[in-house]
Amino acid sequence: MKFQAKVNVSLKEGVLDPQGQTIGNALLDLGFENILKVKTGKIFTLEIEAETESDATRAASEAASRLLANPVIEQFKVEVVL
Amino acid sequence: MKVGIVIFPGSNCDYDAYQAFKMVDGVEVEYLWHGSDDLKSVDVVVLPGGFAHGDYLRAGSIARFSPIMKRVIEFAESGGFVIGICNGFQVLLESGLLPGALMKNINLRFVCREVILRVENANTAFTSGLKQGQLLRMPVAHGEGNYYADISTLSRMESESRVIFRYVDREGVVTAEANPNGSINGVAGIVSEKGNVLGMMPHPERAIEHILGSIDGGHIIRSFCMAKT
Repeated sequence: MKFQAKVNVSLKEGVLDPQGQTIGNALLDLGFENILKVKTGKIFTLEIEAETESDATRAASEAASRLLANPVIEQFKVEVVL
Repeated sequence: MKVGIVIFPGSNCDYDAYQAFKMVDGVEVEYLWHGSDDLKSVDVVVLPGGFAHGDYLRAGSIARFSPIMKRVIEFAESGGFVIGICNGFQVLLESGLLPGALMKNINLRFVCREVILRVENANTAFTSGLKQGQLLRMPVAHGEGNYYADISTLSRMESESRVIFRYVDREGVVTAEANPNGSINGVAGIVSEKGNVLGMMPHPERAIEHILGSIDGGHIIRSFCMAKT
């Protein structure tokens, strides 16, 4: 069966995100006073051939922890859909 | 002594590194292709600067899985000497041979300028020919050189004197202005626990002749080669 996995990689809490801060400041300049904080990240969309959803989740999580995210500075979330 | 310079697709300091080591008497230099799994029985492996695999995903993250890296990791784990410069440093971190990570420069710009390094530990295989506290001038050229490690990792490295080069000003003082990328504690170069792996962002191989503006990089390379031969 074919599954689609979305892997969302973002910086861990406490790791400085100068890109997010710069975008946040620009939004403030545009008048978005109610946007308090911006965090940047990456989304990877994986197409996975697997027997079950949990197999697909496992494959995506392994891909994320081995390559897509750097565990020193980043965290990730995996979401699998059919 | 035989030095192997690894070439990844996108390496661009490989020839500079070749030249810098070649200038030392008694040193033989070989290129090692990233797709090969043969270290050609070299005594030292150098991972040069550049943009291996286009720096896609994160700098060094794809190069880390090149066939040659399997051998380089085994080599380092068995005590072999490995030097990673700039992009090579990023590859070493991604491989787990050194702790921490290199993030985008704090000002989000690619920084290409001369920096001053202070020798923080002259008691390593790489610095034994240098003086403690000696100042060295050489260039940096990178977009992702902002060294980061969590507090416990960093304080452990500091207590073991494994931060061997730090960015300083002309007076030898660590300041925010002297730090080109926002690296924590002004870290410019670190060594592994066993002291056989060196990673540094500045380019010693680009400061080896007076015509290049400085010969201080050559001091590091000669210091290391002399200690090994």
